Amino acid sequence: MPYVPNSNDDRRAMLSRIGVSRIDDLLSDIPTPLRLNRPLDITATSELELLARMGELAESNSTGLACFAGGGVYDHFIPAAVAAVVNRPEFVTAYTPYQPEVSQGTLQVIYEFQSHICRLTGMDVANASMYDGASAMAEAAVMACKVTRRNRVLVSETVNPLYRQVLQTYLSGRDTQLVAVPMAAGVTDEQSLSEMVDDQTACVIAAQPNFFGRLEDIEGTAKKVHAVGGKLVMVVDPIVQAILKTPAACGADIVVGEGQPLGIPVSFGGPLLGFFAARKQLIRSLPGRVVARTRDIEGRDGFVLTLQTREQHIRREKATSNICTNEALCATTAAVYMTLLGRTGLKQVALLSAEKAQETARRLCELDGFAPYFEGPFVREFAVKTPLPAGEIILNLVKQNILPGIDAGRWFPGLEDCLIVATTEKRTPHDIECLVEAMKKLAQSHAMSRM
Amino acid sequence: MKKRTLIYEKSSPGRKGYTLPACRMSEDEILGSIPAEFHRETDAKLPEVTEGEAMRHFVALSVKNHHIDKGFYPLGSCTMKYNPKLNDVAAAMPGFASHHPMAPCSTAPGSLLLMWELSALLAEISGLPSVSLQPVAGAQGEFAGLLVMRAYHLKRGEKRDRIIIPDSAHGTNPASVTSIGFTSVQIESNEHGVVAPEAVAAVIDENVAGMMLTNPNTLGIFETHVKEIAEIVHARGGLMYMDGANLNANMGIFRPGDVGFDIMHFNLHKTFSTPHGGGGPGGGALGVTAELDRFQPLPVLEKDGDGKLFFNYDRPDSIGRLHSFYGNFANMVRAHAYIRTLGGEGLRRASEIAVLNANYLKTLIREDYEVPYDGPCMHEFVASGSRQKKLGVRTLDISKRLLDFGVHSPTNYFPLIVPEALMIEPTETESKETLDDFAEIMKQIAREARENPELVTSAPHTTPVRRLDEVTAARTLDVCYKGDE
Ligand SMILES: Cc1ncc(COP(=O)(O)O)c(C=O)c1O
Repeated sequence: MPYVPNSNDDRRAMLSRIGVSRIDDLLSDIPTPLRLNRPLDITATSELELLARMGELAESNSTGLACFAGGGVYDHFIPAAVAAVVNRPEFVTAYTPYQPEVSQGTLQVIYEFQSHICRLTGMDVANASMYDGASAMAEAAVMACKVTRRNRVLVSETVNPLYRQVLQTYLSGRDTQLVAVPMAAGVTDEQSLSEMVDDQTACVIAAQPNFFGRLEDIEGTAKKVHAVGGKLVMVVDPIVQAILKTPAACGADIVVGEGQPLGIPVSFGGPLLGFFAARKQLIRSLPGRVVARTRDIEGRDGFVLTLQTREQHIRREKATSNICTNEALCATTAAVYMTLLGRTGLKQVALLSAEKAQETARRLCELDGFAPYFEGPFVREFAVKTPLPAGEIILNLVKQNILPGIDAGRWFPGLEDCLIVATTEKRTPHDIECLVEAMKKLAQSHAMSRM
Repeated sequence: MKKRTLIYEKSSPGRKGYTLPACRMSEDEILGSIPAEFHRETDAKLPEVTEGEAMRHFVALSVKNHHIDKGFYPLGSCTMKYNPKLNDVAAAMPGFASHHPMAPCSTAPGSLLLMWELSALLAEISGLPSVSLQPVAGAQGEFAGLLVMRAYHLKRGEKRDRIIIPDSAHGTNPASVTSIGFTSVQIESNEHGVVAPEAVAAVIDENVAGMMLTNPNTLGIFETHVKEIAEIVHARGGLMYMDGANLNANMGIFRPGDVGFDIMHFNLHKTFSTPHGGGGPGGGALGVTAELDRFQPLPVLEKDGDGKLFFNYDRPDSIGRLHSFYGNFANMVRAHAYIRTLGGEGLRRASEIAVLNANYLKTLIREDYEVPYDGPCMHEFVASGSRQKKLGVRTLDISKRLLDFGVHSPTNYFPLIVPEALMIEPTETESKETLDDFAEIMKQIAREARENPELVTSAPHTTPVRRLDEVTAARTLDVCYKGDE
């Protein structure tokens, strides 16, 4: 029996010490009719066989696709030292740092993670993590409603549609009104927004860059929502943030995003890492755990979980959130990644990604039938107008080991000819060449077939 | 010598912990296509260290942690069992770890099959036929399960908004109730530490959407009357939710779906050995009855006419999406590997030994500590430091003193219904010797409490830091490094 050390002799000795003769005697509280009267139908397998099977499953996926898909999750390079730190059992097999005296490793790393996130965003405080960018955004909306005592949440249509779906679920039982702000030419329609904000608006949620990779007039949005006393929730990409104006300078009150690009494998979308930062006035309303620096009785630096009276284990039904288990190991990963890349490295990753996006966009838009979907600046992700449905392009190109992007039409009716393409520093000139060539051939054969 | 604690204090301009290809264009050229109004004001002041310096920093930090690979971790309700390494190897396979979630389903048949199989395994273990793997933690499973309850009643045209919760419940239960806009009705456990059917009958009415019950409960006691309670709740149109955090006591012994539960969450990071990572990531799969399947979160993994797996988004009664994608996939791989390694027999054995270990430890510990509910326990039990408190030694002190002996303390001050609670869950992966040693340490601390209480109240003495000033922490709120500004 794997992982169970006690032998039959041990068990006998233990039972006799307890004063019963069989393990079954210990289960006497379970009425017989409630018991399962058959073995579970699950066959056991050895490590050797299991890993072989897992290998088969893993390899039956299309491995090694040249990845031009983003949507919050990006295929960045992960330095070897990240895994060397993060796979240490000291980090992997510890629980939540409830006893700080024997959890300083986890606590300090989380404190450093919070500090890195604050520096990246310009905000004053950050928490120890949320489940993912989507739930972080939803919790930000809930928090904005609480601190403003208002119940109208405006979310721009240009915010990641998957996040907006999660937002809808998170607000579905609450007494809140969720309203989508329409977009115009791939950015939030500022005119509509002006008309929609009112004295019941708890927050406006906008993304920079947005789902199409476009840059928004966030400062304009901030002014509009602040004018009515609401909060600005800003969704950001942590890599691109290394070169874009800080949310603090843009006027954001709460900043959230997906931390996966910071050294975490894409892993079919999970685990991810929600980060959550805010102005210091909001600290007592933050969801989730927060680590603070303090001293021990001998005056040494040390770290503890703080403001726990916000949390479910103390405040129960009045807690700021129900979150308990979070994504601590992913936050650790991000902290290690940000440490290794540092001030210059993160910026270099952003610049490389941007450079490749510019090149990819230029090359694609030279092809017949392709064009920028929206005019205007972008950083590492952009929308292209395609001569055939984006969904078809994707299904075709994955057969050639290229994942060319995301089909916007899945969430935006009418945008079936809109492919959203993302790049990272990992995309080689060869990858870009293959993408362009494959698109070209596909478009040509499509044009032929329509003649 | 200058104190250098934080990575920022070890940083020096110009040091690099990475190598990256060069850009082809200059920074100005690349940024040139982005209007200046969008440019960052100044670089983000992240640390600048070499890879070697970073390694030393993090390795030095890591060894300050207690963790299950180092020593005993009897943290009640958390199921700190050994985390088998093969699970991590499987999760890191490139075909799993490098697959982008936006890629079409057709490119991920292996991942989909793994998810399909895991759902079936969890259904077999729980007796609830429909399992969504999307929730990423127990609390998110609760949130989703309660939304399912809400959707079920609304579908029937009923607007119920109250949830019955026993006073022994975990804090996430009432917090989740609030997060869907419902209110919780708290009921007391009886003198045996369980919920009496009469207590439920006394509060049930047509406004009650359902009841949340943890089984075994947070005292480690099986809720003997679960069947009658379920009948009372069902008779008035309510649904039964099981908080599955304690499933480690149940596997192959009883199935929630067979005893009247309609909805439950699993904690993959407890029962199914996925590591806790210092607080997460977890996995909070949601099991429901066939009748409630239509409400499961979007998307739902299904088989088409040809037996091909796909994500179905066309489920109009669904509560909607909870996660950016499909949940914590890597932990699904780990849980699947774990369940298949143990098999049905092994899972039952794991639960039985978890129960044996807890009862054995209880027998040893009750010599020196009060155990308020002293019948047979399941996988954990709750002792109390109330005897020691009379000597001026609190449960907090006992917990801190334990750290001096290289073991982690039990969960303390939870459940709330036991004063000075010490909630102890040894799990099945601990040997008799480990339990004997722990009991001896507990005995010694009880003796110290009598003979030298100061030693206990000033503990810990041997840990990397000693007691920390939490009051000042909450007052000064230094949550972000500002030392170099
Ligand atoms: C009894 C009980 N219920 C619910 C939870 C919440 O689970 P999670 O931390 O995975 O959100 C926990 C664990 O923390 C628990 O012990």
